[in-house]
Amino acid sequence: MAILADEHTQVIVQGITGREATSFTKDMIDYGTKVVAGITPGKGGQCVHGIPVYDTVRQALRDHPAQATVISVPPALVRDAVIEAIENGITLAVVVSERVPRRDTIQFLEVAKAWNARVIGPNTLGLISPGKVRLGMAGGPVADVLKAYMPGPVGIASRSGGMTTEIANLLTTRGIGQSTCIGIGGDPVVGSNFLDLIPLFARDPETKAVVLFSEPGGVVEEKLSELVMDQHISIPIIGFIAGRFVDAMPGIRFGHAATIVEGTRGSTKSKIEMFRKAGIHVAESFSEIADIAKEYL
Amino acid sequence: MRLLEHESKRILEKYRIFLPKGTLVGHGEPLAVDGPVILKAQIPIGGRGKTGGILEAYTAGEARKGVSQLLTSTIRGYTPKSVLMEERVTVKQEFFMGITYDTVIKEPVAVFSPVGGIDIEELAEKEPDRVRKEHFEVRSRLPVYKAREIIAETGLSGKLLLGLSSVLSAMAEIFLDYDATVVEINPLGLVEDGRLIALDCHMEIDDDALFRHPEISALEKDASRVEGERRMSDFERDASKIDSLDHRGVAGRVIEFEGNLGLIIGGGGASLTAFDAIRSHGGRPANYCEIGGNPSVLKVKELTRLILSKPGVDRVAVIMNVVSNTRVDMVARGIIKGILESGKKPAETVAVFRVPGAWEDEGFKILSKYGVPIQDRTVSIDEAARIAAKSAH
Repeated sequence: MAILADEHTQVIVQGITGREATSFTKDMIDYGTKVVAGITPGKGGQCVHGIPVYDTVRQALRDHPAQATVISVPPALVRDAVIEAIENGITLAVVVSERVPRRDTIQFLEVAKAWNARVIGPNTLGLISPGKVRLGMAGGPVADVLKAYMPGPVGIASRSGGMTTEIANLLTTRGIGQSTCIGIGGDPVVGSNFLDLIPLFARDPETKAVVLFSEPGGVVEEKLSELVMDQHISIPIIGFIAGRFVDAMPGIRFGHAATIVEGTRGSTKSKIEMFRKAGIHVAESFSEIADIAKEYL
Repeated sequence: MRLLEHESKRILEKYRIFLPKGTLVGHGEPLAVDGPVILKAQIPIGGRGKTGGILEAYTAGEARKGVSQLLTSTIRGYTPKSVLMEERVTVKQEFFMGITYDTVIKEPVAVFSPVGGIDIEELAEKEPDRVRKEHFEVRSRLPVYKAREIIAETGLSGKLLLGLSSVLSAMAEIFLDYDATVVEINPLGLVEDGRLIALDCHMEIDDDALFRHPEISALEKDASRVEGERRMSDFERDASKIDSLDHRGVAGRVIEFEGNLGLIIGGGGASLTAFDAIRSHGGRPANYCEIGGNPSVLKVKELTRLILSKPGVDRVAVIMNVVSNTRVDMVARGIIKGILESGKKPAETVAVFRVPGAWEDEGFKILSKYGVPIQDRTVSIDEAARIAAKSAH
């Protein structure tokens, strides 16, 4: 089993005629993902890699049932694209687009909540359940994905898209496979953060341990620690927190929009302390992630 | 983008929130002073009172002196270009009001406290009962009745409750209308005649929503607004020029450090990981940077040259996560060219090259031609960092 999506998931791509979407649609198909239709308003009737393009999600779903969408449209159009998908019954939206206004993100998340749909992103490379499905562009062309990822019992959730693949690669080279690997997105507000995903991994019988990749900024790690303690979540969690040197540089933004220490808020020191308090294993070095994971398999 | 106090207050005014009488003064402008005034440096930081950014004056002479003092000072790296001179208001009571996003719950949250003028985070920790927080939805906004519900919980009633509620509701309107990420009035003062006056205001607008607010994005481009922020070193300035050489990929966020080991690292998460790892193995980085998005050979080359031009730096470590978009061969070519153009030998200069992924075979071929050892994907980021740190001792 995997969480969120598997080999049976049927997928549409919103913005499929865009340069980036055209390229990752091919990678998704090559990996075996069931891409059934694409949507670009005004371009209905065209084809991309043999996939029919429609003007609206409603038209596409009438011909091709689907449960998931991958969205890659300009920032100003993201909110409507997500809401359009959800109101037509899509239950999983992966939002690849970057630089989405925060108010728009919050607004489509309100709709998702009301419809009981799940959103990954915005600003995510997507997710991969190795050997089953891949939504978005995580890992690049299929030959590269096959080198870095392999099926197995460890889940990954990462605030960095590139590091999602890097962690999978570390585990794969040490002979440890992965269940589902998710780049949660680099924005301060994302549809599914660690608090949302850990309970899903905990319920998945196939996932035996979860690796989290964290960066400075925000308080989601602190809140996750509280959740783990309050709800006695017992799935082993391995946390790696990058950017310890950033604690001494408040106010400077690194890599992702969410990676900023404000005063003492969001420091790696407080995240590490809280993780330890909650019994989350903190990997001191990157390679140690694999050593700790091995103990639980 | 953080607005200056006077810019935020102009927005409050549009939403009928009362302000102290005030004028904005720049260099050499005449002052009309009538009674005691407060002089406030217009810089985009909090806690100005503690850093000498706020002065009091009782006469025109004092005010003139104060204004010129503020306009020539540097406060936490900022040099104000204007001073907000406001009447001194006597208040009976102060309140705190704020709207922001709760990034974990993913909803806007209204915060109210009957204690104003203080650090709200501190108060929330010490006396949580005196800080009310309540979430609301973007689509239903914060109607006045809901604002009343929040404030009434603190025991306030009567005309004061009505006044405070309409201010809080108006702040939520501003927050949503302007794509703000923070709107805060602290303190909001109650004066003798019963009016509520915004004494200070902090607003931040979402950078990703500026396209919807041309008037605010014009402010951002206005160089006469404020001067400062973290001063770039010459090295960092040169690096940012390299990043704008072309539009292919990024070679950005270069920050200078004191060490002797040059770093060409990327992307975002991997750079943070590699930098920590090099330090934990005793390496001393000469710089931080983030490359990614398939930067051109030209950019990588120029960045390599720049880093190697720093006195005392004769080795570079090249570390990235397994790349899918960036091409390994392009990075390799840029590094080799940069080293050769700096008059150095690649085999002696590359402390480590660990960039696996797209087009790696082509990349590895280039490196071996110049005798540079290759670390493939079985070498983890921290092992690569250890190799680099050891070689640079």
